[in-house]
Amino acid sequence: MAHAVEQEYTTTGLNHRKLLMWVFLGSDCLFFASLIATYMVYRGQSLVGPYPNDIIDVPVTTISTFVLLMSSFAMVQALAATNADNRKATINWLLATALLGSIFIGFQIVEFNTFKNEGLTLGGNLFGASFFTLTGFHGAHVTLGIIWLLALAILGMKGRINSKTALDVELCGLYWHFVDIVWIVIFTLLYLIAGFDVGPVAIPGG
Amino acid sequence: MTTVDHKRIAILYGVTAFIFLLIGGLEAGVIRMQLASADNDLIGAGRFNEMFTMHATTMVFMVIMPLGVSFFNFVIPLAIGARDVAFPRLNALSFWIFLFGAVLMHMSFVVNQVPDAGWFSYANLTEKPFSPNRGLDFWSISLLVMGVASVAGALNFIVTIINMRAPGMTFMRMPVFVWMTLITSILLVLAFPVITVGLIELTLDRNFGTHFFIPAEGGDPILWQHLFWIFGHPEVYILILPPMGIVSEILPTFSRKPLFGYPFVVFSGIVIGIMGWAVWSHHMFTVGLGPVANSVFTITTMLIAVPTGVKIFNWIGTLWKGAIEFTTPMLFALGFVALFIIGGLSGVSHAVSPSDFQQQDTYYIVAHIHYVLFGGSMFGIFAGAYYWFPKITGRMMDETIGKINFWLIFIGMNLTFFPMHFLGLNGMPRRIYTYSAELGWENLNRIASFGYIVLFVGILVFIYNILKARNSRRVSHDPWDAPGLEWSIASPPPAYNFAEIPQIQGRDHYWIVKEKAEAAGTPITEPEALVDPSSIHMPSPSYWPIFTAVGVTLIGGGLLSHYALSFVGGVIAMMGVIGWSNEPAAAPSDHH
Repeated sequence: MAHAVEQEYTTTGLNHRKLLMWVFLGSDCLFFASLIATYMVYRGQSLVGPYPNDIIDVPVTTISTFVLLMSSFAMVQALAATNADNRKATINWLLATALLGSIFIGFQIVEFNTFKNEGLTLGGNLFGASFFTLTGFHGAHVTLGIIWLLALAILGMKGRINSKTALDVELCGLYWHFVDIVWIVIFTLLYLIAGFDVGPVAIPGG
Repeated sequence: MTTVDHKRIAILYGVTAFIFLLIGGLEAGVIRMQLASADNDLIGAGRFNEMFTMHATTMVFMVIMPLGVSFFNFVIPLAIGARDVAFPRLNALSFWIFLFGAVLMHMSFVVNQVPDAGWFSYANLTEKPFSPNRGLDFWSISLLVMGVASVAGALNFIVTIINMRAPGMTFMRMPVFVWMTLITSILLVLAFPVITVGLIELTLDRNFGTHFFIPAEGGDPILWQHLFWIFGHPEVYILILPPMGIVSEILPTFSRKPLFGYPFVVFSGIVIGIMGWAVWSHHMFTVGLGPVANSVFTITTMLIAVPTGVKIFNWIGTLWKGAIEFTTPMLFALGFVALFIIGGLSGVSHAVSPSDFQQQDTYYIVAHIHYVLFGGSMFGIFAGAYYWFPKITGRMMDETIGKINFWLIFIGMNLTFFPMHFLGLNGMPRRIYTYSAELGWENLNRIASFGYIVLFVGILVFIYNILKARNSRRVSHDPWDAPGLEWSIASPPPAYNFAEIPQIQGRDHYWIVKEKAEAAGTPITEPEALVDPSSIHMPSPSYWPIFTAVGVTLIGGGLLSHYALSFVGGVIAMMGVIGWSNEPAAAPSDHH
């Protein structure tokens, strides 16, 4: 690997930090799996409204989903620029990724507020509890990613990001893409599939 | 405070966990004294609930797990020929977060709002209306904090074992203890997120008005049970696999022959690790999941006894025709095998769901878990402590006292827990704080309580033996003539472990090396020669781990007291991470 110049010997040839990140992401999978499972177990089990169909706005969230997916594209560009030692492009793409992520979070804040005004709260019903917990923790992951991206951008401005330290960007990228993929699962399940549920319905097999 | 040396962190873990062993042991003592006679009123029901909850929580999360981690820390880098773990500062962070989390849990005693819903804290008993004080908040938040430590530690060991093996140490040459550590760490990394989500939902229920586990609002308390046991059953293997690894090192050493059927032991461990995920509902047979679920989990649970049995036969096969030396570690290892068989068999008896309906929530279950966790895990840990003590300190623990120590603990343990089988089958439920004399349970309870005293004396003898060892003679680097790589270096090992990274020649590497030297007429009597430490590039100490750990713990502490404190904790943790990443991992140098 071109950017593995300073890497010490490892048994498998894999970098320590990269391996750590992959295993951590495996761990995080189980975290989201448990939250998603909670949501699916409680699908249609709310005793009082509002129910998904009353408030879920698929078109709006489709836009924010698109924005988040585009941020993954920007992230790929940032890593490519880093490997090419193109400092200016690196910083710009890192900031672009952070910006797209922030727009997604902005959408989420607006969404949460709208839902709250329409009566969906943590304590109101099971739908609210499991919806806010799942998407809230996802949002927290995105926020952490934005902070990480901004920190990298600052390091870039100080000239500390280049093809030799590209692993710093790559790790952030792994995390960022993972969080995006989780969102695709959440969007599919919570919006496209369960988003049109009306009232407490019997779920097949449930 | 700033050390990042895996050997020192191991000692920190060991000492801390041993102190918690004494605390958890005293809590058990209170329980045994209360139950020693019928209609006793030494402590009330409330206090009794707190005692058994904290006893189990302490023993699982603050004793057996960290004692295992203590051995991982000390032995793993030495056994694979590495100079430290992959992330020394992360390792220090794990320890400090664990310590602070455990202290946070015990702060509940200071404010006298102690967790009291049992170690698996079933919903909806844990909800606000039924547990109004902060005890369960202490429980769930401290476990969340300690979970961070466990996962960070496990990530570290996975990377260390996969990536830092010395040249020549292929996977199938790794000592079994290293294998079991790897499997345990993978289980930890995958199991903890599940309980994390359960704990988060519980915390939200109790403090933020959600109804995840409140049936009146449509919530389902059974979901908590599923989340808990999907974590909880792999957790059981997290507690037993490391001691199995320890025993697999000790039995060959003192039988003077290699482990019988090494690949079977390794693959059995892997199979246990995988199947451990498919048996969780056997904790829930009486919940009413239906005949299909109960049958499936009965079958999977009985199947998991197969790889466990394979291991036991391999251990016995190792002893077969060996030149057995009855040293103290060997006695504990043999005790492990014997008692674990008893615990395993009683386990199979409640794998059968109809018979479990009789045993559920009785002292029979209490007997079972103590045979596997005390007779199993703790015996393995004592065996390991006696085995590696000369490597850790360069001195020997007294063998005669060690044998007294073993027999006291062995007899005490059986006196305490064997009668519980009968009590359980006679119908004594667990978690009752007193019982009527008419039920005829008093004599067996007396024996159990007397057994506790024997056990307690056994533990005191262990402490005495450790303290006494400070003045004992120095021993050679390889007092047991052992096969492991860790025995080829000086005792205690120098900070850099290996002056020269060894070339591994096979399983039981050091035996092979010694044999070759013997054959060449130049037997090895000295450890690897020491070199000038400054010539070897080691990670420098850092205060960022403890700084960050304070921040992480304050986030949790703030949830228990004032949210502003959480914010402060968040800022401190963030500063810690920034300081951490700006600090070079080791003094600058251009070579390794």
